[in-house]
Amino acid sequence: MSTSYREIVNNGLWTNNQALVALLGLCPLLATSNTAINGLGLGLATTLVLVLSNTTVSLIRNLVRPEVRLPVFVLIIASFVTAVELSMNAWFHDLYKILGIFIPLIVTNCAIIGRAEAFASKNTVPKAALDGLMMGIGFAAVLFTLGASRELIGQGTLFSGAHLMFGEMARSWTVEIENYKGVLLAILPPGAFIGLGSLIAVKNWIDKSRQKARKQVAISDEGKAVTA
Amino acid sequence: MSRNILVSALILGVFGFIGATLVAVTEFGTHERILENERQALLRQLYEIVPKEQVDNDILAHPLTVNARDALGQESSTIYVGEKGKQLSAMVFEATVPDGYSGPIRLLVGVDSNGVLLGTRVVAHKETPGLGDKVEKEKSDWILGFKGKSLTDPKLDRWKVKKDGGDFDQFTGATVTPRAVVNGVKAVLLYFDQQKDALYKEYLDKAKTKP
Repeated sequence: MSTSYREIVNNGLWTNNQALVALLGLCPLLATSNTAINGLGLGLATTLVLVLSNTTVSLIRNLVRPEVRLPVFVLIIASFVTAVELSMNAWFHDLYKILGIFIPLIVTNCAIIGRAEAFASKNTVPKAALDGLMMGIGFAAVLFTLGASRELIGQGTLFSGAHLMFGEMARSWTVEIENYKGVLLAILPPGAFIGLGSLIAVKNWIDKSRQKARKQVAISDEGKAVTA
Repeated sequence: MSRNILVSALILGVFGFIGATLVAVTEFGTHERILENERQALLRQLYEIVPKEQVDNDILAHPLTVNARDALGQESSTIYVGEKGKQLSAMVFEATVPDGYSGPIRLLVGVDSNGVLLGTRVVAHKETPGLGDKVEKEKSDWILGFKGKSLTDPKLDRWKVKKDGGDFDQFTGATVTPRAVVNGVKAVLLYFDQQKDALYKEYLDKAKTKP
């Protein structure tokens, strides 16, 4: 039951996207997706932890006995999260202050222990690392998209606060719609739920129409076969 | 059986040790930088309120800690004292207003030696985005309007929002938040007026014992 690299990429980005399909890690997802940069910041931190934890778990998968497996995974994840938190505090201090408690909360993101248990503990190191990276990117992409749309609809800006992450020169990246009052609802917590729901709906819609197209191709192929 | 448990416990212990080591090493490597970051962030905040040329001492060197719940709204408030030419030139107060629209609002209030406001900033709040959050400097210029005000300008009974018959603007759709901030700033000014000499003396004593 070995998964091909192609499948791993597909799973992480789309088919088994942790935010849109598995619906894991919703607490940080909903709370930090009020701007594009906040979303990106937490998404990248989560990705980093996912890659580190998946790699380590895969490395030690034959060493750890099944009965202490979960506590060991939790230990590994918690250590990495703390290390990432301290590093962010040291190098991205302003962004760290905004993301605040959601960085330590990465520990509680079920997506991470989920990937450790379901994938990394059964696969080789390169595959586990790639899985972590792809799952992380898939999660970060959803966070970023949700953050960007909430920011755009809610306050009519995009990439506000980019300098917190990319330094002073990024201050000019902020795009602002002139004379736009903003829809308050998008920034408030309900906006996060509505936004995520819409994203899931769009994903399902794309999947459905793809499936339909495939079926039609199959039918028309059959038709050709019969007439021939 | 018991040997199995022992081995498992050992494995768990080893990983606990490795994890703790990783965290300790990162802590060690980032500790100084984080402290410096926090110091710089605080300095930036203070210098936004108090003009740099108005102080020539290290404003962070001897902060005072007071318990003035009635005036400053918190059990323990820090006060930063700025001097110029060995004379008191500015004090920056940490204060909390308990009655924001959705919870307490934390303020930094800077006052010069004559009791004139150098500036005010909201450092933390939970007000409604788009309405009450206009007290943030990033969202609106409202908070900058405090600069230059004092207990005599406007008069004490005019330290209210316009809706309550005072001199300060409220926002469309939000009166509670500006009202709370105006009250908070006023309370700090009154406190400064009463305690200025005692506070400065305390600062001088502190600076003497620990230069």
